[in-house]
Amino acid sequence: MLLKVDNVSVSYGAVEALKAVSLAVSGAEIVAVLGANGAGKTTLLKAISGLVPIKSGSILYDGQKLHELPAHVIARLGVVHIPEGRKVFATLTVEENLNLGGYGCAKEEVQKAKARVFQLFPVLKERRRQLAGTLSGGEQQMLAIGRGLMRSPKLMLLDEPSLGLAPLLVDQVFATILQINKDGVPILLVEQNARKALSIANQAYILEVGRIVLAGAARELAADERVRQAYLGGVTYERRLRAKESRATGNTPDPRG
Amino acid sequence: MRLLGKRPTWLYKQPVRWAFLAATIALLLSFPFWASRYWIDVGFYVGLYALLGLGLNVILGEVGLFNLGHAAFWALGAYTTAILNVRLGIPTLALLPLSALVAGGCAWLISSPIIHLRGDYLCIVTIALGEIVRLVLINNPAGLTGGPNGVIGIARPVFLGHVIRTPLDFYFLVWAMVALCAFALRQLQRSRIGRAWNYIREDEIAAEAMGVDVRSLKLLAFVLGAALAGLAGNIFAAKMRMVSPDSFTFMESCLMFCIVLLGGMGSIPGTILGAALVVLFPEIFRPVAQYRLLFFGLALAATMYFRPGGLWPRRRAVEFTAGRAARP
Ligand SMILES: Nc1ncnc2c1ncn2[C@@H]1O[C@H](COP(=O)(O)OP(=O)(O)O)[C@@H](O)[C@H]1O
Ligand SMILES: [Mg+2]
Repeated sequence: MLLKVDNVSVSYGAVEALKAVSLAVSGAEIVAVLGANGAGKTTLLKAISGLVPIKSGSILYDGQKLHELPAHVIARLGVVHIPEGRKVFATLTVEENLNLGGYGCAKEEVQKAKARVFQLFPVLKERRRQLAGTLSGGEQQMLAIGRGLMRSPKLMLLDEPSLGLAPLLVDQVFATILQINKDGVPILLVEQNARKALSIANQAYILEVGRIVLAGAARELAADERVRQAYLGGVTYERRLRAKESRATGNTPDPRG
Repeated sequence: MRLLGKRPTWLYKQPVRWAFLAATIALLLSFPFWASRYWIDVGFYVGLYALLGLGLNVILGEVGLFNLGHAAFWALGAYTTAILNVRLGIPTLALLPLSALVAGGCAWLISSPIIHLRGDYLCIVTIALGEIVRLVLINNPAGLTGGPNGVIGIARPVFLGHVIRTPLDFYFLVWAMVALCAFALRQLQRSRIGRAWNYIREDEIAAEAMGVDVRSLKLLAFVLGAALAGLAGNIFAAKMRMVSPDSFTFMESCLMFCIVLLGGMGSIPGTILGAALVVLFPEIFRPVAQYRLLFFGLALAATMYFRPGGLWPRRRAVEFTAGRAARP
């Protein structure tokens, strides 16, 4: 097991955001954690990357107790957290943002990693001298992912990469995630866009108000009646999907909206 | 607004920068030879506040830590020099590094438990610290600080057999220090440490998640900034030949804060310009003495309105506002 989260609880004062959550990521798979707003998805990723302290339980990564390490050490172990809302450094250029992703690495390594990122996201190469704050939402998401790739991650924690993106861009971002995973990076993906996430994940967990209520292979969950009702929009959604496929244009409105 | 807010980007072209630097150095070097003793003294104070501003700029400008108690570290440097010189007879100039060390060391002790505080919380705690240090000095612990009267009779510094005594001597002493520090800080700005400081200022959480050791780097900035204030304290003590608690009031911390904000956060030339303005302002407005603070407040408010990045912002800030303007 690469990552093993065992009975982890996290509280913000009186609010218990995670209640004895357990999950695991192995080998080179994509594991999705699905849940509505406020379910505790972000908190889960923050707990793993050391940005919030856990109250009880343990987080093991490659034999190390992550919950006892400070965040910057965890990042240097290769656990890369790509935060919600993109969080690029708006006042730095695209290239400087990428350099920051390789903070603490050797110069040649940074150069090599940058070439890889530019290959994956040609648009970032075009805009390398532009300030990150002036990029579009989709470009900022690509930059955030690219910045995470700079450290040659051994585990990538992705927080709602599709948040606030147009449907076409969502497809693009998910295709990239799949590509990164194929290149050998295990990914823990947190999403509200359940259909998309289930379509690329191997394993999935459903988080509801701080608790894991369902877990299993992504394909099985996608077929599960409860999941379809609660997260895939049930019958209405299926109908819209069919309408979309029959029209076969990319211009359908965002199914969630 | 339009006219004043326009960014003169040509100011940042390399040859213009060099020419400007050369002109400034020429002015600073020749100034004492045509100015009166009085104005040389004013020039000394510009240098002194530039030194204090450069220290605070590391903390406030580079890392974005709101420190409104910087005068405390200045006081620690000054008292270290005063006490050790008067009691033990250690030469004043030899105490220069020690004053920096004491101020920096105390900063480390004081800031370790509070460095995780954010924004205004840190601000309030540093105000309290500044006051605590001042009150301790007034209360004359172990008879060391001389209470409200302070410590008197500090020996003149001697540099290579030359006694530093005239305003001219002190003018050169302080500006040599400013030049040295400005150069060193500029190198630091461009190093990995400097970049990490700026990342922390922009977004602490994201920086931490990228593997930046936020806590240690914040502490380093605090200690370094305080050490510079300690240097300034040593020179100040040597110049005044006495130290007393009322030189290190909350108002002084506020002035240093203004210097950094006025000049431009994280900008070394900006900080020096800010120091010049803050020191020269009361001199220029001496005829309307009782309205001085009013004018000062107005000037600050106007700067914040017309040039929110400061009078001489760091190059980065200029580009950013330009970029934003292009994308309304
Ligand atoms: N810093 C915080 N302080 C207090 N409560 C918080 C904080 N961050 C999150 N919460 C609460 O914890 C719960 C889980 O939040 P979060 O992990 O952000 O959910 P999600 O990412 O699934 O939308 C929510 O009820 C939220 O209000
Ligand atoms: Mg979230």
